[in-house]
Amino acid sequence: MKIVAICGAGIGTSEILRVNAVRALERLDIDAEVSATDVASVGSAAADAQVILTSPELVGAIGRTNADIVVIENYFDLDEITAKLEVAVG
Amino acid sequence: MSFPLPSLDHLPDPAIALKATATDWRSAVRVAADALEAAGYADASYGDRMITLVEEYGPYIVIAPGLAMAHARPGADVHAPGLALVTLAEPVNFGHAHNDPVSVVIGLAATEADQHVASVAALANVFNDETIVPALAAAGSCDEIRRLLGAAAGADLS
Repeated sequence: MKIVAICGAGIGTSEILRVNAVRALERLDIDAEVSATDVASVGSAAADAQVILTSPELVGAIGRTNADIVVIENYFDLDEITAKLEVAVG
Repeated sequence: MSFPLPSLDHLPDPAIALKATATDWRSAVRVAADALEAAGYADASYGDRMITLVEEYGPYIVIAPGLAMAHARPGADVHAPGLALVTLAEPVNFGHAHNDPVSVVIGLAATEADQHVASVAALANVFNDETIVPALAAAGSCDEIRRLLGAAAGADLS
């Protein structure tokens, strides 16, 4: 299982999403590799990813992908992240 | 060798702006840029780049209710990794569908793309507590800001 968190610059917000996604996956007892990158690199970084985590504003910039795109509104809401990841990977 | 961001409970006074006046999201980001510049972390042009990022990709930097994390890529205008914290006298809208209006702006400057790893985990610890944004917005002194950030960063919320 490979999951990629993306933001516009690849620092900061995507890393927060990555950290909290790891916590959510621990809750779900799911083993996954989670990385963070910027939206311009998403094509290569997420080529073999099953799930892309991002915010509503960036969905349109992701382009074509085979991964499930999971949109997170509140990057600090572990309940939201856990529930949406459970649907995507469960 | 990667230099860590300064820890949250040791933010220097110049990196904190309390009850700042901002008329729109651009001026709110500019206040964060001014604080990063005053603390010696970045040049004013870094503020331009933080604004450009939002113009390019939208207000995704509003990552939780009331909280924006202004940042841009590492560059020559970043002198040292650093954080700034701004509270706004009156919240402003960034145009985010769920998390407007914003009352607290974090400014983040990094000199390397992988620098954030340890310190952003501490940020996540702080803001996973949903009471922290209103508490910060109401804080009346830099010491109170540092105390709130330090207490929350030390809590085990995982």
